[in-house]
Amino acid sequence: MINITVLNKAGEERELEVPEDMGLNLMEILKANEYNVLATCGGMAMCGTCHVQVLEGMDNLAAHSDAELDMLDTLPDAESNSRLACQLRVDENMHGAVFKLCAEEDVEVA
Amino acid sequence: MITTDICIIGAGPVGLFAVFEAGLLKMRCHLVDALPQVGGQLSEIYPYKPIYDIPGAPEIKAQELVDNLKKQIAPFAPTFTLGERVETIERQEDKSFIVTTSDHTKIHCKVITIAGGLGCFEPRKPAIEQLEAFEGKGVTYMVKDPELFRDKHIVLAGGGDSALDWTIYLSNVAKSVTLVHRGDTFRGAPDSAEKVFHLAEAGKINLVLKSNIVKINGNGKLNEVLIEGSDKTVTTMATDYLIPLFGLSPKLGPIADWGLNIDKSAISVNTFDYSTNIEGIYAIGDINTYPGKLKLILCGFHESALMAHSAFKHVYPNQRLSFKYTTVNGVNAF
Repeated sequence: MINITVLNKAGEERELEVPEDMGLNLMEILKANEYNVLATCGGMAMCGTCHVQVLEGMDNLAAHSDAELDMLDTLPDAESNSRLACQLRVDENMHGAVFKLCAEEDVEVA
Repeated sequence: MITTDICIIGAGPVGLFAVFEAGLLKMRCHLVDALPQVGGQLSEIYPYKPIYDIPGAPEIKAQELVDNLKKQIAPFAPTFTLGERVETIERQEDKSFIVTTSDHTKIHCKVITIAGGLGCFEPRKPAIEQLEAFEGKGVTYMVKDPELFRDKHIVLAGGGDSALDWTIYLSNVAKSVTLVHRGDTFRGAPDSAEKVFHLAEAGKINLVLKSNIVKINGNGKLNEVLIEGSDKTVTTMATDYLIPLFGLSPKLGPIADWGLNIDKSAISVNTFDYSTNIEGIYAIGDINTYPGKLKLILCGFHESALMAHSAFKHVYPNQRLSFKYTTVNGVNAF
């Protein structure tokens, strides 16, 4: 199991246990844990709606792809520690990482 | 006033296919979309993305699917209002509706079908102090008519293709153009990036790199932007217009105010016919929710067919609907 920490937009922190052998990316993990991440493009680094900031563990993650950097370039709130969750494959290098959701949508309830 | 049988809000793949299903039952459709072209998120966000779960199409690019849908609905001659967002819907005494858009276009219809996908695509707004207070007073998120900027001082913000393209274009129109970008390189089209650097070297534009706009000021109308550099120093620049260009993001928008039952940003529907809690209004595709909902294009197509058969009863309350297959006499025999 990989343990990661996720902070939502409100700053609430949750520890998530992620199976490492399922080939999932971080966006899929966030959706599976019912974070309101749109991931409009379905994981193609084309919409920016799964933008996260890496608060801890940035150096252990795989390098950005060109497509990811292209997308991050268009996001007004991107920082040097920004990543797209759909581009981050969950593996042992992610263990202990802390992510802050930047693109979580506010849920409107009737 | 535009008059139609069904007003479809949202011209994505499901909205387009709803035209086909309604057309088979001889109902006229008018589509409205906030985007300037049909296709919804497929055309706007990922036109080249391959899709694998459309029956009969083992692999199809998103834009190709949209183009095929346009061909498929052409025999039914739908009409369109594009680049306008539906703001209000008003029920009339005879149970019909009047739909009004952001540009005051009015559509009189007997049925409304909301196929709004993830909602309206709205400009992504940077975190700039006072930004929204100056919208329409110097802050604009798109260039509809470049002549508006002739002989004006313009500041653009962003690093993508639209920021580069409009910087190049407006350099021949405006009195001065400044492009502010967070980084020091551009990852847009290399040719456009090269042109922007050349224009800066030639003194035709101001290029402010590794910087962000943090605040704007004015007195009733925008007159200056405050730009923070990577060393945290802030400089002030006079301008007539600020154009932040950071792409689009989906929002539910005014749909939330129409009295529909909304659950987690989606419209609750009856799976019998995808009707909402308001008689004569349907919701199909990604914008609706019900137990077991799957946000798939093919599910939206199925919902379109059931919606159309139910809508028929609203449009033609005195006619009996006899079910036919397209394979018997083609689409024009219906």
